[in-house]
Amino acid sequence: MTFTAPALNYTLLSPMLILLGGALIGVLVEAFVSKALRPMVQLSITIGTLVLSLAQVWRIRNEESTTAAMGSVVIDGPAILLQASILIISIISVFLIADTDQFTALAAALPGSDEERHAVQTGNQVTEVYPLTLFAISGMMLFPVSSDLITLFVALEMLSLPLYLMAGLSRRRRLASQEAALKYFLLGAFSSAFFLLGMAYLYGYSGSVTFAGIRESVVGGSGNDVLLLIGIAFVSIGLLFKVGAVPFHAWSPDVYQGAPTPVTGFMAAATKVAAFGAMLRIYYTVFANAEWSWSPLLSAIAIITMLFGSLVAIAQRDVKRMLAYSSIAHAGFLLAGVIALNKAGLEASIFYLFAYGVATVGAFAVVTLVRDSGGEVTDLNRWKGLGKRSPWVAATFAGFLLAFAGIPLTSGFIGKFSIFSAAYENGAKGVVIAGVLASAVAAFFYIRVIVLMFFTDPIQDGTSIEIPSILTRTAISSSIVLTILLGIYPAPLLTMITNFSTFIR
Amino acid sequence: MNAANYLYLSALLFTIGAVGVVVRRNAIVVFMCVELMLNAANLSFVTFSRINGDLNGQVIAFFTMVVAACEVVVGLAIIVTIYRSRRSASVDDASLLKR
Repeated sequence: MTFTAPALNYTLLSPMLILLGGALIGVLVEAFVSKALRPMVQLSITIGTLVLSLAQVWRIRNEESTTAAMGSVVIDGPAILLQASILIISIISVFLIADTDQFTALAAALPGSDEERHAVQTGNQVTEVYPLTLFAISGMMLFPVSSDLITLFVALEMLSLPLYLMAGLSRRRRLASQEAALKYFLLGAFSSAFFLLGMAYLYGYSGSVTFAGIRESVVGGSGNDVLLLIGIAFVSIGLLFKVGAVPFHAWSPDVYQGAPTPVTGFMAAATKVAAFGAMLRIYYTVFANAEWSWSPLLSAIAIITMLFGSLVAIAQRDVKRMLAYSSIAHAGFLLAGVIALNKAGLEASIFYLFAYGVATVGAFAVVTLVRDSGGEVTDLNRWKGLGKRSPWVAATFAGFLLAFAGIPLTSGFIGKFSIFSAAYENGAKGVVIAGVLASAVAAFFYIRVIVLMFFTDPIQDGTSIEIPSILTRTAISSSIVLTILLGIYPAPLLTMITNFSTFIR
Repeated sequence: MNAANYLYLSALLFTIGAVGVVVRRNAIVVFMCVELMLNAANLSFVTFSRINGDLNGQVIAFFTMVVAACEVVVGLAIIVTIYRSRRSASVDDASLLKR
């Protein structure tokens, strides 16, 4: 018996390998570098790794071969676009995560214990959040490019496990933060079990673990349809959970509220790109020929998700919960792009994901700035009149909200318009009508916050907008510039997406 | 013996696990139920591997075991932290965040 060495094609894998290497170095730094230097060193390693990885993605964009690791990974046009989006969003988020004031000095210490106080006093801040972020990002990079079931599952867990931990690292309101971590973990593990069983049935249906093999069986229609249907249903549950679609959304408001705000921003933006990237690949390539079986159900889920997210967001009093329900509504809009099942839908989804991700990170960055003596203020009633005191920051937040609402001249408008027209092209009229209605409802609560900030009198309760640090300022300004730029002059990005977006089957 | 019987067993175990997650209150027990679900999925993989005469399913089972082990590490870390700060691992007690 002879073994043939697998052809891995390291060039194509290098963006992910660089990230993993950086994460491992980060773990060593955590152990060996003195506590005074650690935050600086960790931040430079993290940013350096991300930039290097982004440069590598750019370098391999026109590579001839597209499969790596014996067909387990496919780096085609959409893969390049999604990986680049994830990296850009992550770089902006890391600027926020660099604000160590948000993170607990010692996650293992009991809240309020002497041990914790000692760690704070001596400035012994652990910085494990950086390597965790890099591990999560490498999982996110792998998730939308994986092309067989094993890689897909490993990538899913690689992106989820660090995020569960990061949700529990908040410095203030630590009990709530730990509770968010517990809820996220239990529900996440529950959904990945469904995902795994779905994979098992897809494997049973086709006798193959590669996407190409499963696709062949679906096209040929030779196997037992019951197995295929169970497989599609359970895999969809896992994916819909990750994107936070109704009825699998229950975790998201709690986790968004409890997690440290920089982590919430990162998680909301980057995880959505990764999960929708994988979803688009699976539905557009593997399940495409079984459209009859999933399209009606997915349309129903999309409609319910849009309407539910928009309607419940109206009732929210907490800005982070409001943004959580708004992200549920956006998951519904993005599902319209999956249902479209045509090239226009794919292009629109990728544009939407990037635009939405950037605006989300920016919006959460602004949330980190509104504080009183006890930390962040997320109660919307206390945001009254902030626009009169700090017009610039409030105006930026208003810009992000208008982008979420899809007002022309922001990136959100182009995204929504193109995604709904793609869905309409495929005859999904119900989804489009529900989408437009939900957008109108959503515009109401976004604009209500703007009214609250600019047209009500400030209350004097110690709430103020902190002067942003240089890193936070970079994060906020780069996201607002991108959001407006993509709204006014989206042509270059749209052309690039059009040139790139064809899945290799 | 008919291989399909293992699929029924796997479905049964999966259901027991899923019901357990929904009805049990202790975070550790909930977590054990999740592990039961993962192992039920493993059993399906191995059975399908036998039915299809293809080894990949068994390889996946090994991968799943490793992933499940990582999940245990992360999960127990979170549950132990919660227990230490609250003196309780009940998922009902963890209700600070608004419903």
